[in-house]
Amino acid sequence: MSSPHSAAGTSARQSAPAVQVADLHKTFGELEVLKGVSLTAKTGDVVAIIGGSGSGKSTMLRCINMLELPTRGAISIKGETIDMQPDGRGGLRPSNTRQLQRIRTRLAMVFQSFNLWQHMTVLGNIIEAPVHVMGVPRDEAIARAEKLLERVGLSDKRDVYPAFLSGGQQQRAAIARALAVEPEVMLFDEPTSALDPELVGEVLAVIADLAREGRTMLLVTHEMKFAREVANHVVFLAGGVIEEEGPPDIIYSAPKSERLQKFLATVQ
Amino acid sequence: MGPELRSWKEPHRLVLIAIGIGIIVFAAVNMRWDWLPRYSGRLVEGVGTTLWLLFLTSALGFLLAVPLGLAQAAGPFWLSGPARAFCTVIRGTPLLLQLWMLYYGLGSLFAYWPEIRESWAWPYLRSAWPYGVLALTLSFAGYEGEVMRGAFAGVPKGELEAARAYGMSPLTAFRRIWLPRAIHRALPTLAGETVLQLKATPLVATITVVDVYAIISRVRQDTYLTYEPLLLLALIYMMLTGVLVLAFRWLEAKVPVKSS
Ligand SMILES: Nc1ncnc2c1ncn2[C@@H]1O[C@H](COP(=O)(O)OP(=O)(O)OP(=O)(O)O)[C@@H](O)[C@H]1O
Ligand SMILES: [Mg+2]
Repeated sequence: MSSPHSAAGTSARQSAPAVQVADLHKTFGELEVLKGVSLTAKTGDVVAIIGGSGSGKSTMLRCINMLELPTRGAISIKGETIDMQPDGRGGLRPSNTRQLQRIRTRLAMVFQSFNLWQHMTVLGNIIEAPVHVMGVPRDEAIARAEKLLERVGLSDKRDVYPAFLSGGQQQRAAIARALAVEPEVMLFDEPTSALDPELVGEVLAVIADLAREGRTMLLVTHEMKFAREVANHVVFLAGGVIEEEGPPDIIYSAPKSERLQKFLATVQ
Repeated sequence: MGPELRSWKEPHRLVLIAIGIGIIVFAAVNMRWDWLPRYSGRLVEGVGTTLWLLFLTSALGFLLAVPLGLAQAAGPFWLSGPARAFCTVIRGTPLLLQLWMLYYGLGSLFAYWPEIRESWAWPYLRSAWPYGVLALTLSFAGYEGEVMRGAFAGVPKGELEAARAYGMSPLTAFRRIWLPRAIHRALPTLAGETVLQLKATPLVATITVVDVYAIISRVRQDTYLTYEPLLLLALIYMMLTGVLVLAFRWLEAKVPVKSS
């Protein structure tokens, strides 16, 4: 894909963590939502991010692809730090739009409310970024999209507009859209929270399938059982910091902090 | 309601069709139409003028409406302010007034400038149609600018966020997501505005542009007939409206909207 760097440089890239969040701060006006969050996800990691409502889970995830601009801190993807500069109002802003757009194509986000483009068919949604952002030839993109549709079980919905799909189908289409850019990291923000209970399963099945395949994923979720099954690392956000983190077995069966114990008691 | 129920064979539709045929037969038998062949060539030209006025001014007006709407929906105050002011003035004053201000006001001012009178533009500035085109364009832009403001603002934030999240540049996101999505939202209103625009075109006859309305007025002066030419004019506008409505329906059907 990239030009042949020196052997050392390439291996450094490969061994670099897929995502590194360093000392992330985010303030909305007076409200300090993130007070210094640091997080590392290695390639192949499935990191579940849990925490109470308003604890800043979405904000943290959205800072990773700069949908939300951090007030302070740094984000690196595969060892490449997103260039930032002071915005003159006490925060930061990206200083290299080209770089940001390139990095964003390697981070695919799946939203709570799907956010499919309503004026395009399911297929149109899936090939949009490959064709119009990454410059993949159209027929190639379509061929790949059809495989992805099969994978998420939507082959028969190829030419349907999103408004005519159920929530579960829309979210599976959104996951296919995310896979179409062949992302290095997938960001899921409560992918099943907007779904009717009977539709949650079909979406979780697709995500579990991706986790087994070794995809690097950051997953904000309220589905504790699911997080425990698919994640190899769980992060508990509270009060703007990572209150506790570790392997799921330990986090769920032997939580140390009182806040986490309370939180787990309320959600289970 | 299934399509078979909406067929023309429904009883009330049959009655309406019968009444329609009755009117046509009555009009054909009892009214005078001998003037029609003499004016048919000019009528066709008049319809042509009406149509190109409609299409040119709607297209230009729409091109203006996009930045007007965008400025109001997302622009800084020094863009949104003037855009809003423009739309308010256009929508708050009669089109006839705007037309006369441009033609009799602006048009006669130009005549005082020797530089303009001697320039290449003078033949255009001396004729009436540029003022008609300008007034109709600005009017359409004013109304449609307001519609596009709402349409731009109404595109769900999440879809624009998804565009950014997948690496689109602001220009790509605008071209691929925001604009087509807004146009799609505005399409039903756009259809109505275009029909209104059609029915606003006869105003240009007041500044000597010869559209189909002007031809019919001429017929009335020449023949002293009242109802026949007006009936024909009504029929022509109704047919044009029908074609416009069908064309927009076809456009809207390209991206179906879920009716719930
Ligand atoms: N754009 C914004 N402007 C102002 N405040 C915001 C904004 N986005 C989020 N917040 C606030 O930041 C805090 C954290 O929000 P965030 O959405 O990250 O929480 P969350 O952990 O994802 O919660 P939930 O589980 O309810 O989704 C909340 O108090 C929220 O009100
Ligand atoms: Mg959230």
